[in-house]
Amino acid sequence: MRHVFSVRIGPVGFRIGSDWRAPIARLESLYADYPAPRDDVPDFNVRLFAARPWRRFVRPAVMIGGDFVLPEAAPLPLAQGLLAAEMGMNLQMALGQRRYLLLHASVVERDGRALLMTGISGAGKSTLAALLGARGWRLMGDEFALVDPGTGSVHAFPRLVSLKNEAIGVVETGVPDGRFGPLLADTPKGDIRHLIPDAAAIAAMDRPAAPALILFPRFGFEAAERDVPPSEVFVRLTQASTNYVALGERGFDALTRIVKTVPARAIDYPDTDSAITQVEALWAAL
Amino acid sequence: MSDRLYRMARPEDLRVAHLDSFMAVYHRSSGITHLITAPAPEILATLGEAGMTFRALRDTLGSEYELGDLDDAALAARLDELVAAGLVSII
Repeated sequence: MRHVFSVRIGPVGFRIGSDWRAPIARLESLYADYPAPRDDVPDFNVRLFAARPWRRFVRPAVMIGGDFVLPEAAPLPLAQGLLAAEMGMNLQMALGQRRYLLLHASVVERDGRALLMTGISGAGKSTLAALLGARGWRLMGDEFALVDPGTGSVHAFPRLVSLKNEAIGVVETGVPDGRFGPLLADTPKGDIRHLIPDAAAIAAMDRPAAPALILFPRFGFEAAERDVPPSEVFVRLTQASTNYVALGERGFDALTRIVKTVPARAIDYPDTDSAITQVEALWAAL
Repeated sequence: MSDRLYRMARPEDLRVAHLDSFMAVYHRSSGITHLITAPAPEILATLGEAGMTFRALRDTLGSEYELGDLDDAALAARLDELVAAGLVSII
């Protein structure tokens, strides 16, 4: 393709090709501190292309392609090309990743132990991970926890933290030194702004961590906590995994290992300050 | 029904994890994970590889487990589900 950018995020290498320069320039800037794929061989390819040649210039619309595609994915305007690239990379992981059990979760680490946070969209996974990342935790990722079926450890996937709508202001305030991408307004997911993981998160991204606590946060309720029984954790994590079925027995073994060895709590929180306090208290009580 | 012999799927076809009151069962042949609870784990354990008739199963479950109001119809329904899932076979 005309314009190409390659990057490695944690153990996964991507090559993004584009019919336009602009999305690639954005990626080069935002992922400037990241390495290239190992041996320059990517695990996945993403293509940002025009559906018709003239659509490169006339009302340019970005189609998302790659090794794995969703056939009915709608194109995005060129101004949202960065979002298209991020969606394309996520899609490759969700549909094509076979080396790790993928859990839709944010992950932060402290003292070699990982805290996994998973829940429905809007639960605050990315927001809490970003805020904890500015409070002494290492950000390992805001989208996917990569569980190694062989060791049970979690590998980092610290892509750009995707903040949506109200979370943008919360994190801009809570992470005053943060480096942010451009505001992408009125996307199909609402307003989006990306936070670049800090230098420490990028420098340590090859260091896995042992899962120590699973949290199911829920935003918008009075502060509350409860234990989550293993069977419920199992069901919720199978729902939170994009490749559990594809991994077959390896996925079953990896998941049951986590469920049986890692404590899980559900927390309700009314605001992020409350959530941070709850998380720190739970962590201290481990 | 009473003459038929039921038995658990071959142990090498199953991968099992006990989770509180549930049992997660990975069925290697189909690649499907089942999350089962009483009386299904007890049925599998009782049938074993040797297998037994419906009547023997009912009597053994009744004497060895406290399964409340598990009547013949309910037990037959659970057994049918396990057969459909491939976790129990009819010999």
